[in-house]
Amino acid sequence: MKKKFISFLSLLCLTFTSCFSFTGCKSDASSSDTLVVLNYGKYIEADVLKRFQEETGITVKYEEYESVEDMYAKYKAGSINYDVICTSDYMIETLGKEGELIPIDYSSLKYYKNIDPAIIEASSSFDPTHKYTIPYFYGTVGILYNTKMVDEKTVSSWNSLWDSDYSNQIVMINSQRDAFMVPLKLLGYDINTTDKAELDEAFNMLCDEKKYVYAYLMDETYECMVSEDAAMAVCYSGEAAMGMEYNEDLAYVVPEEGGNLWIDSWFVPRTCKHYDAAMKWIDFMCEEEAATANFEYVWYATPNLTVAANEDEETLADETVFPSKETLERCDIYSAYDNETLDYTTTLWKKLKAY
Amino acid sequence: MTNKLRTSFLAMPYAIWILICTILPLFYILGYAISNGDGSFTISNLTAIADPVHLKSLGLSIQTAFITTVICLIMAYPVALILHNLKITNKGFIVFLFILPMWMNFMLRILAWQNILSNNGILNSILSAIGLPTIHILYTKGAVILGMVYDFLPYMILPIYNSLSKINDDIIEAAADLGAGWLNTFIKITLPLSKDGIISGIIMVFVPALSSFVVSNLLGGGKVLLIGNVIEQEFTLARNWNLGSGLSIILMLFVLLSMSIMNRVDNSENGGMLI
Amino acid sequence: MKKVKKSASFLYLGIIFLFLYAPIFVLIVLSFNNSMSRTVWGGFTLQWYFNLPTNDTIMDALWTTLRITLSSSILATILGTSAAIGINRMKKNHAAIMLGATNIPLLNADIVTGISLMLLFTRFTSLGEFSVVLAHIAFSVPYVIFNVLPKLQSMSESCFEAAMDLGATPAYAFYKVIWPEIIPGVLSGFLMAFTMSLDDFTITYFTKGAGVNTMSTMLYTELRKGIQPELYALSTLLFLLAFLMLIATNLKSFNKKEAMRV
Repeated sequence: MKKKFISFLSLLCLTFTSCFSFTGCKSDASSSDTLVVLNYGKYIEADVLKRFQEETGITVKYEEYESVEDMYAKYKAGSINYDVICTSDYMIETLGKEGELIPIDYSSLKYYKNIDPAIIEASSSFDPTHKYTIPYFYGTVGILYNTKMVDEKTVSSWNSLWDSDYSNQIVMINSQRDAFMVPLKLLGYDINTTDKAELDEAFNMLCDEKKYVYAYLMDETYECMVSEDAAMAVCYSGEAAMGMEYNEDLAYVVPEEGGNLWIDSWFVPRTCKHYDAAMKWIDFMCEEEAATANFEYVWYATPNLTVAANEDEETLADETVFPSKETLERCDIYSAYDNETLDYTTTLWKKLKAY
Repeated sequence: MTNKLRTSFLAMPYAIWILICTILPLFYILGYAISNGDGSFTISNLTAIADPVHLKSLGLSIQTAFITTVICLIMAYPVALILHNLKITNKGFIVFLFILPMWMNFMLRILAWQNILSNNGILNSILSAIGLPTIHILYTKGAVILGMVYDFLPYMILPIYNSLSKINDDIIEAAADLGAGWLNTFIKITLPLSKDGIISGIIMVFVPALSSFVVSNLLGGGKVLLIGNVIEQEFTLARNWNLGSGLSIILMLFVLLSMSIMNRVDNSENGGMLI
Repeated sequence: MKKVKKSASFLYLGIIFLFLYAPIFVLIVLSFNNSMSRTVWGGFTLQWYFNLPTNDTIMDALWTTLRITLSSSILATILGTSAAIGINRMKKNHAAIMLGATNIPLLNADIVTGISLMLLFTRFTSLGEFSVVLAHIAFSVPYVIFNVLPKLQSMSESCFEAAMDLGATPAYAFYKVIWPEIIPGVLSGFLMAFTMSLDDFTITYFTKGAGVNTMSTMLYTELRKGIQPELYALSTLLFLLAFLMLIATNLKSFNKKEAMRV
């Protein structure tokens, strides 16, 4: 009886799974007028997306992710065939090294000329041959502070984050790469160092800082600063601009020692099934009207030169949004870690959190 | 006999379902756990729990889950008792009142706790308005425990309430007639008879609290690293699925261990059921 | 003395309910807040409620959520109820194995369940809305089983057998004898499955296909730039709807009892 039971079970199991695999093949329709896009959350103006679909007749399946690491996990899982992806510099470099990028056909792009050559030049750290990427937005990492609680002079150095006067009022950035950047800059090391002794030194400084830290945050940073729960926070420039919109006592600075310049760019991954549509998408993003709408929604610095004509002087002079030349000179772009360094820093980060 | 066998075949679709959607995925995880990046066999992902960082976060998880469970039990038992004594005929109503908050998205509710607990938050405004000193609780272990108690309290109340409502009121009346005081009746009769509910409540709170990571992410401010956070980070941040799988297998063993301890205490009919 | 005890117990209940519903009040207040920020009070407004019907992304997510939640909880209830009936009739050691396996989704960390299901689905089918439904069934069936099984265990088998002996077909005997006994368990199982599915984020995030967004997964990406206040408005409406439903069903059953007494 028992044997019969088990054999019956396994037979049913087999038929069931085979049914599954058949339906799987059928539903994987790849018609030419769809496009699967993967982008950071809230990184596009809703009307731009709508207009693209209306003007080109292409149906967009739009996916969002929260952090670079999420994006990598989703992409690597191979569960969805993405056609075009926007992500940050060092992740593009990692994917490039893994052979996941497809060259972009620049000759088919009408609006590529709108992109600032200086930013394209800066992209060479992760796309040295300029064959794979189109910059979308860029920005810096710095300190957002409350002018009522902290004076400008204090925050002109990363040192202020180790100031015991601000114990429990400091928000540290909850991202491994950016958090290590701070002590590395302060110590005068290369932010892309793979030297374990230097990384250890930075790690010890971060452990030392932990007793002053109110919280390690990413998304909630600006809310925390707006409600004046903390005096200063390490965050991205766009986050800072958003916080300053709600609380006029807030200000943003990239400290003297310099910081990080990041560039988010579009690229076409190896999983692309709709190459022509992907080119149309990238071109559409470079077009003046779309770029302006996106800029006014996202408030990060845009590499699109045509946007400037539509903005007033106050916006253009806002150094939080558009970092000055001097600021940019102080900032470096991350390069991808090799596997050993990645493992090593991840372990250090884990140790810091458990410290 | 034949009749019995025939109806047991109603569980067939579910048996198949379990094989495909529960057992098979488990083997995927096990496969990752006992191999490394290039696919060769290793047990290093399982032994990695001995790493001081992992041990520390596992210890912290056990501690947090334990405190959460104790607080939930202390808070929930009187609630269940009071509700039982209210003699409400419509039991569904009570059950619903406790799961109704879940209709607001979980993440939104935890974010609302941030609003309440922050330094300049609602709680501190009230405290300072009535002249009490303000407290610093957000982004501490205390906040994580509060969040977990909030999240899991209904899972403690409902089973205890269910087991109380199964008690025959005549027994309690008989005890009273025989001269037993309220406290005596409670300790000698009510408490032992509601043991089943207490045990399933403890399991229902302790197990998810042990593997939870969202609450500590949102209310711990990245300063409280539980074993659930470590596993989550291995799957996302560190891109090390092998280590993440290994650690979660270990965590599962821990859960099974604690459940078998609880089941030894519980010698009732419905052993093996969580709710 | 008795009065003191009674008011003390009501006070205690009040505190517990305040604890459970405090964040809900905060969210309801936020839905009337005329500011995009969570921490700034910008005055009273109803605009988020008026904006709601025209906000395509939110409405899309709402319908997707309802489709997934309803279909998964209905299917889970059917699967779970029949499983519970079957398990109840099994030999003891078979039943123990089935229950042990049923516990697994409850024991596993969400992220492990999510990723393992994703690995499974990508192998056999493509990800989409359907895969999310399957995943939701997988983690909500145990709740149905554990709600129905105790009802079955507490009823005696002889009733069913007596009905059969008296010539009832199994289906008729089931409908007349077993069904009325287990219906409360089935309903509360359905309700729990529904709630779990509505509230889930992690498993949905990993098993969903491109362009599929439930309210939870949408919220997660919203965190980056601040949550659209329309979401507070929608949550408030959903909550009030559930609350009114609760009151309505309660009044109905109350009336029934009154009528019976007459």
